[in-house]
Amino acid sequence: MDKDKKHVRLSKSDSHDLVMDAQRMVQSKLSNEGRRHFLRQGLTLGGIMMLTGCSLDDNAEAEKVLSQISRFNDRVQGWLFNGNRLAPEYSAAEITRPFPFNAFYSEDAIPAINGDDYRLEIRGLIRDVRAWRLSELQSMAQIAYTTRHICVEGWSAIGRWGGVRFSDFLHLVGADTRAKYVSFRCADDYYTSIDMASALHPQTLLALTWDDRTLPPEYGFPLKLRIPTKLGYKNPKHITSIEVTNYYPGGYWEDQGYNWFGGS
Amino acid sequence: MSTPPKILETIQPLWLRLCHWINAGAVVLMVMSGWRIYNASPLFDFHFPKGATLGGWLGGALQWHFAAMWIFGLNGLVYLLFNIITGRFRRRFSRLSFAEFWRDSLAALSGRLKHSDPKHYNMVQKFVYISVVFAVFTLALSGLVLWKSVQFAYLRQMLGGYETARYIHFYSMVFLALFIIVHLIMVVFVPKTLLTIIRGR
Repeated sequence: MDKDKKHVRLSKSDSHDLVMDAQRMVQSKLSNEGRRHFLRQGLTLGGIMMLTGCSLDDNAEAEKVLSQISRFNDRVQGWLFNGNRLAPEYSAAEITRPFPFNAFYSEDAIPAINGDDYRLEIRGLIRDVRAWRLSELQSMAQIAYTTRHICVEGWSAIGRWGGVRFSDFLHLVGADTRAKYVSFRCADDYYTSIDMASALHPQTLLALTWDDRTLPPEYGFPLKLRIPTKLGYKNPKHITSIEVTNYYPGGYWEDQGYNWFGGS
Repeated sequence: MSTPPKILETIQPLWLRLCHWINAGAVVLMVMSGWRIYNASPLFDFHFPKGATLGGWLGGALQWHFAAMWIFGLNGLVYLLFNIITGRFRRRFSRLSFAEFWRDSLAALSGRLKHSDPKHYNMVQKFVYISVVFAVFTLALSGLVLWKSVQFAYLRQMLGGYETARYIHFYSMVFLALFIIVHLIMVVFVPKTLLTIIRGR
């Protein structure tokens, strides 16, 4: 690779970082405003419901209680989760076309990734720590499922994703499957994490294809986690690293208040 | 049955009054946060006004919804259990008759329906209260499907799939909201019913 090309690519990634930073700032401002509104309303309603006085402390208290209940709901969902229960599958005719693009940024900010240079980093509680090439993933046994993608907003869309069964991959790299979490970091600065039981579910895929063709950039090229037992925000795209860990890794939306388990 | 006369005087027992007010609070939280969740991806060509919603943003609304669901659900179970164990359902809702329902409905519409004896429900009350219990039950079941459509597979199939369950959840909410409006209007017309649901007598 010559120097010139490298320079161009660097500035490209710089501008990408800049856009990302700006987006994050706007995002945090927006979510702060939402939070204030959330607190104010929580206070008034909490005040009415519990017939207590209004103070800012009560507000923070309400938010604390709500996130504690959300953690409790994580445990309930973990307990309800049955590793043998399969998400329903659909026929090719039922696939939603066009399948919606959805991310925390607009379509012009989709990361451009070169499949030849791409490496998937595997870290944490695994035996075989190393980077994987796309071709290595493509040479593993491939399966595909046509399943319903359910967004936390309520809408849903049916799509067909194919790739490597995640449990095959985890076993191959010698992951400690007694670990609590599997965490994902992505080229679009998205990050999320899932519980080990869901990671080992037979329909959980490291998706390399959409509708039997190479995963298009808008759906997460080169690698997306497709997990039909969880909501859309637990299906990260453009994955660059996977870590098996016992430390709670959180997630982009989860850290702002979405339920962590996010199971369906 | 040899019931002491003192108990007979109580029209709405304490457990029922507690259930009613806990439910009232939980329903307000559920409906208002539910409207905010609806706004994130509306089924129809309208939004609920932001001022009538709870949670501020989708994540906050979901936290309220999935917290209040425990109060709403557990309180609902207690209500059903006590009604069955004490025989209140049987006493209050026995002798259902469609003919009487139509007669009472017509009487209600012309403003001649007796609504003054809180010890007995007229046939319109009987049908409306049974319907709203059914609507709330449907709200809970469809809500479970929306929350856990893979885990509650049989329930999902029973309700016609995930997308159908969204509509069932919405229409049950509409029925409940209409009920609450009529319910509150009737309290204005017959204010002593408010006393029986607070004091019991």
